[in-house]
Amino acid sequence: MTDQVTNPIGNPLPGQLPGRLASGVAAAMPEVDRSAESLQARGPSRIVYRIGQIVRWLLMIGFSVLFLYPFAWLIAASLKPRGEVLDNRLVPRTWRLDNYVEVWHQLPLLAWVGNSMLIAVLAATFVTLSSSLVAFGFAYFRFPGRKLLFGLVLASMMLPGAVTLIPNYLIWKTTGWLGTNVPLWGANLFGSAFYIFLMRQFYSGLPRDLFEAARVDGCSYFGLFRRIAFPLAIPSTIIVWIFEFQASWSNFVGPLIYLNLGSPKQFTVPLGINYAMTMYSPTAGGHGDYQYVMVASLVVTIPMMIIFAFGQRYFIEGATTVGIRG
Amino acid sequence: MAITLRAGGRRVGRTRVRESYNKREVLAGYLFIAPWIVGFLIFTVISMSWSLGLSFTHFDLASNSATAAGLDNYKLIFDDPKVLTSLFNTFVYAIMAVPLELAFAMVLALLLNGMVRGSGVFRTIFYLPKMTPHVATASVFLLLLNGNVGAINQFLGFFGINGPQWLTDPHWVRPSIVMMTLWGAAGSMVILLAALQNVPRELYEASEVDGANRWQQFWRITLPMISPAVFFLVIVNTIAALQVFDQAYLLFYRDANGSAPDAALFFGVYLFQQAFQQFNFGLAAAMAWLLFVIILIITLIQMKIGNKLVFYGGGRND
Repeated sequence: MTDQVTNPIGNPLPGQLPGRLASGVAAAMPEVDRSAESLQARGPSRIVYRIGQIVRWLLMIGFSVLFLYPFAWLIAASLKPRGEVLDNRLVPRTWRLDNYVEVWHQLPLLAWVGNSMLIAVLAATFVTLSSSLVAFGFAYFRFPGRKLLFGLVLASMMLPGAVTLIPNYLIWKTTGWLGTNVPLWGANLFGSAFYIFLMRQFYSGLPRDLFEAARVDGCSYFGLFRRIAFPLAIPSTIIVWIFEFQASWSNFVGPLIYLNLGSPKQFTVPLGINYAMTMYSPTAGGHGDYQYVMVASLVVTIPMMIIFAFGQRYFIEGATTVGIRG
Repeated sequence: MAITLRAGGRRVGRTRVRESYNKREVLAGYLFIAPWIVGFLIFTVISMSWSLGLSFTHFDLASNSATAAGLDNYKLIFDDPKVLTSLFNTFVYAIMAVPLELAFAMVLALLLNGMVRGSGVFRTIFYLPKMTPHVATASVFLLLLNGNVGAINQFLGFFGINGPQWLTDPHWVRPSIVMMTLWGAAGSMVILLAALQNVPRELYEASEVDGANRWQQFWRITLPMISPAVFFLVIVNTIAALQVFDQAYLLFYRDANGSAPDAALFFGVYLFQQAFQQFNFGLAAAMAWLLFVIILIITLIQMKIGNKLVFYGGGRND
């Protein structure tokens, strides 16, 4: 049942989080299942309760229409010929399935998908591995300065991205990798504060005896991570991977800064859509072929929908735990 | 907390308050966290200092050289009317977007929370916009919001309302971006929903016995119990709103030669323009630091107020 909420991250101990903000995170953690039915049935009277439920359903359906309308509009527009894209009909007057074939010739969409996929996979894989390592380091080992350093991890979560945007650009400029996709995943080799925090919560919950026993049996420190901690944390690891995949796949400002000056073939899908939108706009000498932009917008959205369909529960619980990222 | 201070299991027998470290373990620990330390040094410490340094220089990208500028860039911030305009726009947007998103997310979460059946389906539907990349959202909304042929104005037309020019009328460009933000309110919704599900049911049952109605229950039980989550959302959503870039850029500044209304010039967009279109890295760095300080101050004020208002249910004894 979808109502039953489990927490795949493991229960973090509120006391280990700094400050009051953390209590907000902790309070947002679901841990118990609920049964709304028994509560509602005890309302003042059955009829009032029934009417309440009907009104609730009507509201929900109304909101659903509101939320789904842009998707329906997008799908419809992607099937229309030029000139009818803006007619707001949810059933196209003229069906043009050809758009889905033609778009690959009109725009270097295949290259964009390839670039986006490569960058997102690299970004997600690197950040997952590095954050896991670091998180295990903070969770298991005792070393001087551990608390201070972890405090810095948490503090750096609060740092607005806009502040480091420019110097990071200059850092990548000195490496000579501007115009390549390296800046879009390079920093992920060094872990990311959010994920380190998330994974540390999980690793801290593992019983220490497990590791001590392995140590007695002669397991190396790295072995503790590779053979015990990492395999046990696979569900949380998947969440981190999916989150970063989504963030990287949807990222607009990164490619805009690092790839925009290069050739369109190097673009990611979001940057490509931006490019196509401008190219087709009449003010830039285009002919308003927005149907291709709509197909491309579907292409960039569908992988996210697939990921969401498969990991919905983990996704929402993950979102709940991490809070809003960016 | 006591647990984390105690040394590893092997040394529990010792009656020492200060832990003694195992050299090999210490070394291994540092090696494990080494990637983060390196990354933190490069992308935070060096980066922040570089940015601060830049803000006191005129940087020339072509020759990669900087000449000292003293406080020029900071003076420029207050002399350039566009900086103040963009700051004003960003505040107006944040003041509209943060409470509206919270209220909307709250309504959705409350509706979902009281559902007996089908809440999973609706939750999924509401969450879909959050999964949609900004660029796809923007390309659809750009056409939906079109003042002459857009679907939104067509819909308003059914009711005899003459819809505004969402994308060109200075009064309506900010609300149109707020509308896009609201479409993605499910991010806040799931957090509120999780908090609602954690409110002990006994509280409602007890209050029912005492004759409390739904309205009273919401204000006296629900809201206080979920106030930590609300507080958390106010803080992170404010930080996000002050940095808003994607939506504003995609709707209004995609075209370098376009004539976007000044009301859509957000701080993040102007910072981007100064840095990556005008290559005024010095001014842009100063703007970035200004934004950082503003965010810091606002967050601190919110925490100060929040700590008075937020109810931390049992377990807190300070």
